[in-house]
Amino acid sequence: MTTSLADVASSNATLRAFLHGLPGVDRVGADQRAAMLGTRSIKTTAKAGAIDLAIRMVDLTTLEGADTPGKVRAMCAKAVHPDPSDPSVPKVAAVCVYPDLVAQAVEALGSSGVKVASVATAFPSGRSSLEVKVADTALAVAAGADEIDMVIDRGAFLAGDYVKVFEEIAAIKEACGPAHLKVILETGELATYDNVRRASWLAMMAGGDFIKTSTGKVQPAATPSVTMIMLEAVRDFLAMTGRKVGVKPAGGIRTTKDAIKMLVLVNETAGEGWLDPDWFRLGASTLLNDLLMQRQKLSTGRYAGSDYFTLD
Amino acid sequence: MFEYAPAPESRDVVDIKPSYGLFIDGEFTDGAGTPFKTVNPATEEVLAEVATASQADVDRAVRAARKAFGAWSALPGSERAKYLFRIARIVQERSRELAVLETLDNGKPIREARDVDLPLVAAHFFYYAGWADKLGYAGYGPDPRPLGVAGQVIPWNFPLLMLAWKIAPALACGNTVVLKPAETTPLTALLFAEICRQAELPPGVVNIVTGAGETGAAVVNHPDVNKVAFTGSTEVGRIIARSVAGSAKKVTLELGGKAANIIFEDAAIDQAVEGIVNGIFFNQGHVCCAGSRLLVQESIAGDLMEALKRRLSMLRLGDPMDKNTDIGAINSAEQLARVRELSDIGEAEGAERWSPACALPERGFWFPPTIFSGVAQSHRIARDEVFGPVLAVLTFRTPAEAVEKANNTAYGLSAGVWTEKGSRILWMADRLRAGVVWANTFNKFDPASPFGGYKESGYGREGGRHGLEAYLDV
Repeated sequence: MTTSLADVASSNATLRAFLHGLPGVDRVGADQRAAMLGTRSIKTTAKAGAIDLAIRMVDLTTLEGADTPGKVRAMCAKAVHPDPSDPSVPKVAAVCVYPDLVAQAVEALGSSGVKVASVATAFPSGRSSLEVKVADTALAVAAGADEIDMVIDRGAFLAGDYVKVFEEIAAIKEACGPAHLKVILETGELATYDNVRRASWLAMMAGGDFIKTSTGKVQPAATPSVTMIMLEAVRDFLAMTGRKVGVKPAGGIRTTKDAIKMLVLVNETAGEGWLDPDWFRLGASTLLNDLLMQRQKLSTGRYAGSDYFTLD
Repeated sequence: MFEYAPAPESRDVVDIKPSYGLFIDGEFTDGAGTPFKTVNPATEEVLAEVATASQADVDRAVRAARKAFGAWSALPGSERAKYLFRIARIVQERSRELAVLETLDNGKPIREARDVDLPLVAAHFFYYAGWADKLGYAGYGPDPRPLGVAGQVIPWNFPLLMLAWKIAPALACGNTVVLKPAETTPLTALLFAEICRQAELPPGVVNIVTGAGETGAAVVNHPDVNKVAFTGSTEVGRIIARSVAGSAKKVTLELGGKAANIIFEDAAIDQAVEGIVNGIFFNQGHVCCAGSRLLVQESIAGDLMEALKRRLSMLRLGDPMDKNTDIGAINSAEQLARVRELSDIGEAEGAERWSPACALPERGFWFPPTIFSGVAQSHRIARDEVFGPVLAVLTFRTPAEAVEKANNTAYGLSAGVWTEKGSRILWMADRLRAGVVWANTFNKFDPASPFGGYKESGYGREGGRHGLEAYLDV
C-alpha cells in the first residue's frame, strides 16, 4: 500500500480521484445512527468501567494565551493523581499544552508515565508557512513532547489542494521524529461529512498516527456524528492497509454522559480494538472533574459539591 | 472489553390486571366466548386472561357504535378534534406505560416501542385531529360525509400503532369504530380503551372487541358495518375481500410484502448497511414493508456482505425490556414455526445461510438474525413473506435488472433505493411498482405520508390526506 499511496499522492488529480472515490456519507443516516447509539444505557458496573477507561483516555488540556508554568505544573499534578483523596483513580493519558510550556510539563510529569502532548503548526488556525510549522513542531519535540497535535491547512483542503495538505502532514510527521502525530482536521470548518471522511483518509495516508476532530476553538467540535465517521475511517483504513490509526475527539466533551457516548461509538463502530488509550483519546479540560464526580457518586451513592474537586 | 450491564426498563410503571373484558359502549364488559391467555413472548409468562367476543358481543358493539354515530358525526369537526388532541396528549403522558406494556405483550425491544411506536401513535392522533375541521379542504368536496360504523381488524406487529392508523382517521372523519386487536397482543388496545374513558370520549365511539379469527370475521361480516379496514396477512385479506364482495362496504386492505432494498455501487455504504439492518431486523422483521430482499450491485456485493456481517455481529439480541436490546422475541410460537420452516426451506433450496454467533434465551420464542446469500428469484425465501428476521440477498448488474427483479414479486408494498445519484433515485422510483419507495432510508413513517400497496399487498391508502378517503363517503 505504501507505494501505491505514494502514487496517489503524486498530484491533486490523483488524490481527488481517490478521495472522491470513497463511499459518500449520507448526513441524515449518519446523524440518525449516531443519535441511536447515544440512547445506549450504560449503568452500574458498565458505567464504572467506562468512567475509569474514560479517565485513562483523557488528554488533559490547557490551551489559553494566559497559561502559566504554574498552571501547567498544577495540571500535571492532577493528571497523575486526578483525585488526591482516592488513589484508585487511574492517571490520565496525557497533558496537552502549547510548545513553550512543554518543558515545564515534562519536568512536572517526570517518570509518571503520563505523556506530554503539544499542539504545533501555528495552532489553532494553521495559517503560516511550512517552515514556521516545522520549526514550531521541532521546538515542541526538542522540549520533550511525546505527541504532537498539528492542524491541517483547511483553506488548502477546501480549495482542493490536497497535495499541499498531504505534503505538510508528511513534513510534520518527519519533524516529529519519534513523537506521535495527531492530525487535527477541524471538522467544524470542513462543512460536510464527505469532507470529514476525505480529510481523515488524507491524514492517515500522509502518515498521521491519530486523527483528531477539532482544536476546541471552533464550533461545532467533536460531535458524535463526526467522531463516528472518523471511527469508520480508521476501521476501513486498517482493513485496507493493515495500519491502525487512533482517533481523538476534542472540544465540547464536558460530561461523563458525553464521554460514555463516545466510548459506545467506539465500541459499536471501530470495535473494541480501539477501546484503549493507545488508540482513542478524549481531548478535554473540564470533563475530568465530571468523571471524578460521577465516579465518586457511583462508589458512595452521593454527589459531592464541585468544591470537592480541584480546579486547575 | 466493554460489556453493557443489564439496563432493564421497570415494569412497575404498568398495572396489568389478571383479566380483561371487552370495551363496549364506554364500559368494560364480559365476553360470552371462552377467554384466552396472552403471554409475554420473551418469557412465555402468562400476562393476563382476555375475554373472547362472541357474535352476540360483536352485535352489541356494532349497535353501540351505530347509536353513537349520529351524535358523533353531527359534532362540528373542531369538537371531534378536541377529543383527538386530548387522546394524543394522554398517549404522550402515558407513553412510558404504553411502551412497557407493548414490549411485554409483543416482544419488541423497549427502545423501539419507546422511540418509534409511541411517538408515531401520538403523532397520528395529532395529525388527524388537525384534519377533523378541515375535511372540506381535503379535496373531497365541500362537506364530505363519514361512512358510519367502521369494523377494523389489526395485526400483532405494531399493536398500538396500527390501532392509531385505524382509529385516528376514522374518528376525525366522524365515523365510529369497532376494533379487534390481534389475539396475541390485545393489551395496549385495552389500555387505549381506558384512555378513551380518560379523554371522556362519548360512549360507543370506540369499541374494542378481543378474540381470535372468529371474532374478526364477525366484525368484518357484520351487516351493519359500513367500512372494513384490515391490516394483516394476504391470506386473511383474500377471505375478507371475498366475504365483503357484493356488499356496500368500503374496504381497505394492507397486506403482506416482500420489499426489495436496492443498493447501488455508489451508495453511502455505511448508511446503506444501517438501512439494510433497519429494513429487515427492525421489529424482528415483523414488518409488512420490511426490506426482506436485498438487491445489491454485483461490483460491491463482497464488500457489502462483509460490512453487513460485521454489523450483524454487533446486534444485541435478548430481553426486550433491556434498553440496549436491538432484537427482541418472535411474537408467537406459531410465527416462530413459520420463520423456521421457511428458513429451512431456504437452506434446502441451496441458499447459503448465515447468522452471527448469538446465544438465544432458553425460554420464549427466539430466532437469530439470519442472512441468505446466493438466493435465486425462484427460491421461496425470495418470494414468500417470512415476516421474521431473515434477509434474502440477490445481486444485479444494471439498474434495469434491479427494477426487473424488484418488481418480480406478487407483492408491492415498499422498496428502498440507495444511491448518491439523485437522477437515478427518480428513475427507479418511476419504475418500481411499490406503494412506498424510500430513498437512502428505510422503514421511515410519518402520519402525513400515505402508505399502502400494489398487487397482493392490498388496496387503499392509510395516512396523510389520502388516508381520509377510506373513511369518507366519496
